[in-house]
Amino acid sequence: MNPFVYARPDALPEAVRLGATGRAAFLAGGTNLVDLMKENVARPAEVVDINRLALRDIVEIDGGGLRIGALVTNADTAYDERVRRRYPLLCSAILAGASPQLRNAATNGGNLNQRTRCYYFYDVQTPCNKREPGQGCGAIGGANRIHAILGASPQCIATHPSDMCVALAALEAVVRVTGPQGERTIPFEDYHRLPGNEPWKDNTLAPGELVTAIDLPPEGFAAHHTYLKLRDRLSYAFALVSVAVGMRVEEGRVADLRIALGGVAHKPWRRPQAEAAMRGQAPSRELFEAAAQGLLEGAMGQGDNDFKIPLARRAIVRALSQAAAGTPQSQTDKRIA
Amino acid sequence: MDTVMKVGIGTPLSRVDGLEKVTGRAKYAAEYEVPDMLHGVAVPSAIARGRIAAIDDRAARQVPGVVEVLTHENRPREAWLDRSWKDELKIPGEPFRALGDDRVLFAGQPVALVLAESFEAARHAASLLDIRYEEEAHNIDFQVSLAEKFEPSKKRSSFHPPKNRGDAEAAFAEAPLKLEGEYHLATEHHNPMEMHATTLHWHGDGKITVYDKTQGPQGVQAYLASAFGFSKSDVRVVNAYVGGAFGSGLRPQWQVQLATLAAKHMQRSVRVVMTRQQMFTHVHRPECRMSVRLGADVEGRLTSVICDATTSTSRFEDNMEDIVIWGMMNYASPNAAGSYSIAPRDTYTSADMRAPGAATGMTLFEIAMDEMAYKAGVDPLEFRLLNYSEVDAMNGTPFTSKALREAYREGAARFGWDRRSPEPRSMREGRELVGWGVATGMWDAMFSKTSASAKLSANGHLEVACATSDIGTGTYTVLTLVAADTLGLPPEQITARLGDSSLPTAPVEGGSWAAASSGAAVQLACQSVAKKLLRAADKVEGRPLNGAHSLDDVVFEGGRMLLKSDPTRSVGIVQAMQAAELPVIEEEETASGGISGMVSQMLKSRNTHSAIFCEVRVDEELGQVRVTRIVNAVAAGRIINPKTARSQILGGVVMGMGMALHEETLADRKLGRWMNHNLAEYHVPAHADVEQIDVIFVDEPDPEVTPLGVKGVGEIGIIGTAAAIANAIFHATGKRIRSLPITIDKLID
Repeated sequence: MNPFVYARPDALPEAVRLGATGRAAFLAGGTNLVDLMKENVARPAEVVDINRLALRDIVEIDGGGLRIGALVTNADTAYDERVRRRYPLLCSAILAGASPQLRNAATNGGNLNQRTRCYYFYDVQTPCNKREPGQGCGAIGGANRIHAILGASPQCIATHPSDMCVALAALEAVVRVTGPQGERTIPFEDYHRLPGNEPWKDNTLAPGELVTAIDLPPEGFAAHHTYLKLRDRLSYAFALVSVAVGMRVEEGRVADLRIALGGVAHKPWRRPQAEAAMRGQAPSRELFEAAAQGLLEGAMGQGDNDFKIPLARRAIVRALSQAAAGTPQSQTDKRIA
Repeated sequence: MDTVMKVGIGTPLSRVDGLEKVTGRAKYAAEYEVPDMLHGVAVPSAIARGRIAAIDDRAARQVPGVVEVLTHENRPREAWLDRSWKDELKIPGEPFRALGDDRVLFAGQPVALVLAESFEAARHAASLLDIRYEEEAHNIDFQVSLAEKFEPSKKRSSFHPPKNRGDAEAAFAEAPLKLEGEYHLATEHHNPMEMHATTLHWHGDGKITVYDKTQGPQGVQAYLASAFGFSKSDVRVVNAYVGGAFGSGLRPQWQVQLATLAAKHMQRSVRVVMTRQQMFTHVHRPECRMSVRLGADVEGRLTSVICDATTSTSRFEDNMEDIVIWGMMNYASPNAAGSYSIAPRDTYTSADMRAPGAATGMTLFEIAMDEMAYKAGVDPLEFRLLNYSEVDAMNGTPFTSKALREAYREGAARFGWDRRSPEPRSMREGRELVGWGVATGMWDAMFSKTSASAKLSANGHLEVACATSDIGTGTYTVLTLVAADTLGLPPEQITARLGDSSLPTAPVEGGSWAAASSGAAVQLACQSVAKKLLRAADKVEGRPLNGAHSLDDVVFEGGRMLLKSDPTRSVGIVQAMQAAELPVIEEEETASGGISGMVSQMLKSRNTHSAIFCEVRVDEELGQVRVTRIVNAVAAGRIINPKTARSQILGGVVMGMGMALHEETLADRKLGRWMNHNLAEYHVPAHADVEQIDVIFVDEPDPEVTPLGVKGVGEIGIIGTAAAIANAIFHATGKRIRSLPITIDKLID
């Protein structure tokens, strides 16, 4: 860990000003940043502790929907009565991640901005384009059972590790940010990005921009949803594959549908065409399999992670059947519904 | 008089050190504060093999607070001969010397130690070293290393070569039923909760006190004396509390070398603590490949057992384990043969991890046994009983005791094994396939010469002391119980002192021998105190114990000595000491097993056994495995403390679950480096993975095995557990996975 200047502003404008140097990192829950600093992966010259900012509220938005402050903890979000009732998919995804201790400390803004768990990214003695542009990717041809099968590039095959973000992608949340250029909103789909030729960019935040809140649209898919996560142990492990489904069923047919995948790409993975193909159809195994086929089109294994392709296919089918039946996956009963 | 419930051997007693631990008062090696101490942070090698060409430490030395950068170029001289660096495991080869020379032998090897007045300065400076290497070809891949496998001419002293019997090859060739399979266990790293750490207090008068994470303080004391030129009497090593070790603390690890080098160089106190990542740069359980061939007659009686195994070691030491002997000992086949070799790779030397050898060899063999049971069309439990051996089938010697039949019976009854449907894939509940599996465990019941002291004060307080270590197993509690049992004192009046090289001599804690050995020593020391008390009782007015000539004539209970023939006549312990004007009684004794023990050692085999029954539920489509039920029935002689003994079995079973499903250190072949070197990506079972575990201790009186009749329970819990799980997965799914751990990718076709 390198020496750094520490600041703890009381108000957003001050935080934005302090964060605008280009060498600063915002510190919220610290559950990822501090680890990265200990490993010399993150070496900020300035750490701007934003925990005193007034971003800890969950409030109603005009026209329906909820605005969740960036500093609300993952736990407080998951156990909020309004979130539980209207967005059970989000609760489920949050509770599928990490451990109670981590969820008590980790914030929503931090969850969006957590870095990949790629082994090479975390080990500064190995090559990684995400950590040090131009070094090459150690994971390609290396140990890659946890890596991406979709949307990867020759520069980077890392995945985004969040569970919460997979649900937010399915819910089509909107990210509110403030930066040196003022306030703006980013549709969730555009928040995270694929690695391409700039794998060091996880998201589309401009330098110095800070997440202030996440807006949840009115549609929460409370009746038909699920978050199904498959991992190397039954708790406290990052997803090998996860599936978030939000479905609206009307008169026995799929009226609306969102499917997002976790653990398979550099961002929560969606294929709107695959969703569109299901609309108006009656739920059936064949339909679910076709959706899985559509979502995974072009999927490519790297060797160790080849199994993720059939695993994802089966997980999508199961998740769709859970959502259609209105029997979401429990995050405490580990039996898969 | 009132009768007091006697607390002693067999009483389920909560840990006497529990409060210390949960309140944080128990101190571990990295937590001792010593004055004027430097912090050392080790810099790991970026390459797997080669030479250090140049180290530029200028930037590191610029960091305020940094006082020295220790490398192979400026380290103080130490002992020259390899034999000076031997530790208690005595693994043949050239023991690793941190900063010994410019050679890099494995990735992550410490190549420099930055010393600073603060930990923060040392850690930052450590990241600023610019080290250039001359890299050489290397290999970390076990499969590749098999091309170089060999049988070392100089064997590790603990190694038991397989003894062949009959003509196993011919019997296999002729057998009507044959099984041939290749089995594999991945590399595992110990990862106890407490990382390895040393706080070395440099007293300035030639003496040092070393707070070290180790399983053997006297082993470290002897090692530091021999390797670094101290007089043994100037070195005191303390490990009063150890946060788990699983064998990783059997050898002095590199942090104690670095701390000692640095302290000598700077003539100051030094602390060196490994990071979790650095816990992957030393000892680990070797990777193993074992091929098994079994022949049986049409009824399923084994006629041939052939096991050939290779385990991984480093290029600089030849670590060996007992892999192939377990099946040869445990089953009654008239013909058996085994061979064993090791394969070197560019890593640190593998060494003992909980039940070394058996946890691997017995487990893999028990998967093969399961396969053979199906081939023979015999229930897997019946198949084991059909091939049951009353004697040690490899050595031809009787056991001091073997209640494995009872373990099978009681375990099966508790589990409900008779309700099992024999066909694979024949039991299901909803979308889950249900499978039931069984396996056998076997481990050594060892005893090692150990001394202990007992000191009784006139206020009735007893202190027992022994240099053995409590690595979380409950030794403090067990020795308290033995002392309570012998002198009839309540546990609150007893203090056990352990984990200090200045205490009476004990071997390194390991091999499940500590309870049997230090327990026997504490009992002997307490008996010596008891004899003095009995003599002192003569001074009590009226001589209530008149007629008691030896300890056999009295009972120690409730702080008193009672005459066996007339319990109404008694003398209080404090009363006797006051009458005899004894302020203190202090005795030290050594338990060695005696001549009869030595004779018995030669004529009989001494082992613990277990029968493990397991239920798994596997999602048919997604391959997610849940281990919903395990019954482990253990035959381990006399149980001193059923509560901590049960905890040992529970912990062993959970670790066995890890072996079956989770634990695997993943390598990058190009870099020659372990990659998942943190506890987020190196998986051990989480609470959600652990459901119902039932532990049974079957009755197994065995006065011959050790003085107390104790066999030890630290390791038997893990042995065979992974096989029971793998066998249950086969029964559930029809998929036979011969390579552990059984991760989800192996169940998704």
